Amino acid sequence: MLNLDDIQKAMLEEVADISDVPQGAYNFRVNSKLAGRHTTDRIDISSKPDGSGIDIFIKPGTKGESVHIPVVVSASGIKETVYNDFYIGDDCDVVIVAGCGIHNCGEHDSQHDGIHRFYVGKNSKIKYVEKHYGEGDGNGKRILNPQTEVYMEDGSSMEMEMEQIKGVDSTERTTIAELKAGAKLVVKERLMTHGSQTAVSGYKVSLNGEGSTADVVSRSVARDTSSQTFNACIAGNAPCSGHTECDSIIMDSGKILAIPSLEANNVDAMLVHEAAIGKIAGDQLIKLMTLGLTEAQAEEQIIKGFLR
Amino acid sequence: MKSVKKMLELKNICFSVEESGKRKEILRDLSLKIDNGKFIVITGPNGSGKSTLARLIMGIEKPTSGQIFFEGEDVTALSITERAQKGISFAFQQPVRFKGIRVIDLLKLSAGKELGVGDACAYLSEVGLCARDYINREINSSLSGGELKRIEIATLLARKTKLSVFDEPEAGIDLWSFQNLIRIFEKMRSEIRDSSIVIISHQERILRIADEILLLSEGTIKKRGSVNDVLPELIGTTAAVDACDRLR
Repeated sequence: MLNLDDIQKAMLEEVADISDVPQGAYNFRVNSKLAGRHTTDRIDISSKPDGSGIDIFIKPGTKGESVHIPVVVSASGIKETVYNDFYIGDDCDVVIVAGCGIHNCGEHDSQHDGIHRFYVGKNSKIKYVEKHYGEGDGNGKRILNPQTEVYMEDGSSMEMEMEQIKGVDSTERTTIAELKAGAKLVVKERLMTHGSQTAVSGYKVSLNGEGSTADVVSRSVARDTSSQTFNACIAGNAPCSGHTECDSIIMDSGKILAIPSLEANNVDAMLVHEAAIGKIAGDQLIKLMTLGLTEAQAEEQIIKGFLR
Repeated sequence: MKSVKKMLELKNICFSVEESGKRKEILRDLSLKIDNGKFIVITGPNGSGKSTLARLIMGIEKPTSGQIFFEGEDVTALSITERAQKGISFAFQQPVRFKGIRVIDLLKLSAGKELGVGDACAYLSEVGLCARDYINREINSSLSGGELKRIEIATLLARKTKLSVFDEPEAGIDLWSFQNLIRIFEKMRSEIRDSSIVIISHQERILRIADEILLLSEGTIKKRGSVNDVLPELIGTTAAVDACDRLR
């Protein structure tokens, strides 16, 4: 195993479900330094010459392999911007697991801004999982501003699962995607804010090729005095189909602003958006209470299910 | 001889609501006792207060005055959760939908413990659902009224409580599901042991299974007796419709 302390190990487990060295290729970044790297015959990882991040090269035809690139920030006061670029060849089928955990017990803010760019080759199939997590009882804020850019070639598909459930004080996430003919993008975002946290999540998906499709679904919960903004735009520039959905539970004095938008630039673009914000339905609480749960337990189960 | 213990007792229950500035009485000085080991059907015309009565037993509504005893204990002031923990369960007339909560999750919560897939499947089979198709389904709007109703009943089977209250189990289901529903209740009736079942229903087929029928009208119990005593005079009224009336 890598030379990590207990806090760092726990953070790794939170963000990447890693309790041991993962199979396949990986790159661990801990407190702005490389903590471990492994490459395979088909997946190469190299540091950018200027030290601003890493490049990941996946050879055409790579199937059944995975890449883990988790980041842990456990020292207070770190502020970093990292560029990770994925060059994925044609006809691949791989799983990419990213994620960032911040443990801040200090007085200074810790901030990690990860910029991920994906160049997905023709007919390649990618599953991308990203988890963000924060903890620590210091006064320093835990800040994550991820930026994701996805460029998809003909017939490629990408499924993105992005989750931020706990402990991140401030986040501003931006995702842009450009799809060529027959490309397919599915995004599943899960977000929960509590305390006085703020989260902004914006998507701009451009369906540029004939037969391209996108489905962007966000579920979020805003508790305490936290606030969220969800801003998703799908642009149809060709015969294509797009759907975006924002479904939110608001609690306590939380605030949510949902701005789903559609932009049709082609007469054969079929675009749909949905948005719903509401508190937990009273009859849902009552049903679970009739099973013997307290109101607080019922609430917890409803949220757990909603953010599944 | 085994002594018959009282399962449920309602004493002088009154329930009223404020409606456009006026007090409207839903239940008036209603008293009733239900013994252990009984299958009771409460019927009555629309607006007679049947559903209110069921909700009062579970604690979803609180009476304006009067007392509710469960196994001899005064539970009037207890919450829904406390009554549930003491052994009362309730099937909703319109089962609740949840985003993200799956059938298996709800069955686990109902059983109050970790539930093996095998046990969960047994409850689903009991209500005529193929477990493999349903266990991982979300309890959301992709399920039909009949499916939801059967899952609702399965949650009560998993709870195994002393007292089960069903609020109009036939409401909102198709005729085919209705036939299955009757079979489920017939089976429950035959297997009743140290527990009681109270069903709110207008359905003649369900009324026929009862040990006793209670006729509720204008907020009070108008008549109580065996199927032979009570049912004949109800036939043809809205208190006992046959399945085909539902189609008219």
